[in-house]
Amino acid sequence: MLAFIIRRVAQSALVLLIVGLVAFSMFRFVGDPIDNMLGQERTQADIERLRVQLGLDQPFPVQYYKFLEGAVQGNFGVSYRQGRPVAEILLERAPATLELAAVSGLLAIVLGIALGVFTAIRRNGVMANVIMSASLIGVSLPTFLIGILLIYLFSVELGWLPSFGRGETVRVGDWWTTGFLTPSGRAALILPSITLGLYQMTLIMRLVRSEMLEVLRQDYIRFARARGLRDRVVNFRHALKNTMVPVITVIGLQLGAIIAFAIITETVFQWPGVGLLFINAVQFVDIPVMAAYLMLISVMFVGINLIVDLLYFLIDPRLRVDRAGGH
Amino acid sequence: MADPVLSIRDLTVEIPTRHGILRPVDRVSYDIAQGEILGVVGESGAGKSMAGNAVIGLLTPPAHIAGGEIRLNGQRIDTLGPRALRRLRGKDIGMVFQDPLTSLNPLIRIGDQLTETMLTHLDISRKEAEARAIAALDEVGIPGAARRIDSYPHEFSGGMRQRVVIALALCAEPSLVIADEPTTALDVSVQAQIIALLKRLCRERGTAVMLITHDMGVIAETADRVAVMYAGRLAELGPVRDVLTKPQHPYTHGLMASTPLASRGQARLHQIPGAMPRLDAVPDGCAFHPRCPAAQARCTASPRPVAQDGAAACWFPRIKQEVS
Repeated sequence: MLAFIIRRVAQSALVLLIVGLVAFSMFRFVGDPIDNMLGQERTQADIERLRVQLGLDQPFPVQYYKFLEGAVQGNFGVSYRQGRPVAEILLERAPATLELAAVSGLLAIVLGIALGVFTAIRRNGVMANVIMSASLIGVSLPTFLIGILLIYLFSVELGWLPSFGRGETVRVGDWWTTGFLTPSGRAALILPSITLGLYQMTLIMRLVRSEMLEVLRQDYIRFARARGLRDRVVNFRHALKNTMVPVITVIGLQLGAIIAFAIITETVFQWPGVGLLFINAVQFVDIPVMAAYLMLISVMFVGINLIVDLLYFLIDPRLRVDRAGGH
Repeated sequence: MADPVLSIRDLTVEIPTRHGILRPVDRVSYDIAQGEILGVVGESGAGKSMAGNAVIGLLTPPAHIAGGEIRLNGQRIDTLGPRALRRLRGKDIGMVFQDPLTSLNPLIRIGDQLTETMLTHLDISRKEAEARAIAALDEVGIPGAARRIDSYPHEFSGGMRQRVVIALALCAEPSLVIADEPTTALDVSVQAQIIALLKRLCRERGTAVMLITHDMGVIAETADRVAVMYAGRLAELGPVRDVLTKPQHPYTHGLMASTPLASRGQARLHQIPGAMPRLDAVPDGCAFHPRCPAAQARCTASPRPVAQDGAAACWFPRIKQEVS
């Protein structure tokens, strides 16, 4: 078990290193940050001075090495645009994105599993078929369109919910700001989290459904029925547990995707999170911010995957080789 | 004579399809008395498992019981609703499946699978159920039962898993056990042990057993009576000695003649010409007549002969003739 964790952590570190390299090399094609930073009346001397100051005159491997050197110490440099440390800016924006992602993720997982189980158990029912058809919309509509439709319906026409921003926030602890504690903050969360979570929810639902239908065909489910166990026990104890093994992998990946794809939702709703920060950074070729954002996202992806792998051990006894008795 | 534990009368199972109605079980009747083992034999697709599934109420839709009646201890059970049937399963009828590798839930400890079954059907405390679970494992010959109770199915071998399955089928003390090919998936060396175990436990408890198999050897050693099925119909029903040594139905006769016996010392095994008809092409009259060496005009016409206990479904049964 320990050896497994160490091996996985080492693999994760390698993945991060490669992601950093790819991301960093791509930024060279986004544009020249100097163009945006200096005004109309710049001289060639100004440009050269700034280039040296930012370290952009150095060869690519040196730049990458310096970035890594700083990154492992939590120092992602200074934003070209805002002139403040990137780590500070990210930390300031992170709560907004994480709260949005948490609510969307919870929504997607709880509703996705519940509806998936429902449609699997009642696979010939009218309601289940309605849900399955409706889920096609969730899978096929692009996120930004769902967001815009929701804004049109609930903000413009009905005027029930705010169309942008985070509402009032309350500072909790040193750097965390939360929207959960104020009515306007909670109201502002509703539309963005539906927008962000809908696709994941339908995905999880359809996956749970198909996995569960597969499990319900297994002999051990027939045997459980032959033993006269209650339907509830057969469905939720015997079938759902076996369904969850493959579903957990996908849920893990989807959680990463929720944080990563928050960019679109944050843009639609002008949600002051790291995704919006990234979009603005792209416009201004703010390389330190972009690099730090990508590293942050990949750390989350890799971290979630690691947790998912460990969850397997918890769920499936067959993987716990070290304590197997017989055979 | 006491009421039989299980009594099936004219049981018919139908599957509606686009090409018409299939009858995997067609007017089958048999009884199983307390403590009796009825062997149900036949080729794959002869309807023997389907009849078992109909009795325990586990037919997969669209298959359904279309006629006849099933009585368990005198009470009619084919007309029960799903809830009542559910309570019957496991408590009054236990079932053993073919493949022990797939019939146990891989993610649940075997002790928990045992206790959940007992707690569903018996009015006992969890502590008592746990004690009984250990006793049940001990009874089916799992060494170190108290220790193995917390093991997962994958930590057992195939034979041991089938023992666990038998413990599960018997843990609520049902009056009838349906064993659907309980040894087919096992090693030959383990088969005899499992059959002996099943036989011993049911004898001790007076449990009636429906032993579904295509293994004539198992039938000869275990069963008290035999039901031979062919194309969804009962071909012959009677005491095991009579059916095996003096088969009346030409199909049973052919079946016996094609079973290798060391004492017979044949060079070549007998073979019944042709194959069992598909369910959508069962011929009129006796389903066996196209393959039957003794078929006559009457065999090809309706009504078909229907088997009774001790009387084969044949217009021209072979009488008192040893298999040569």
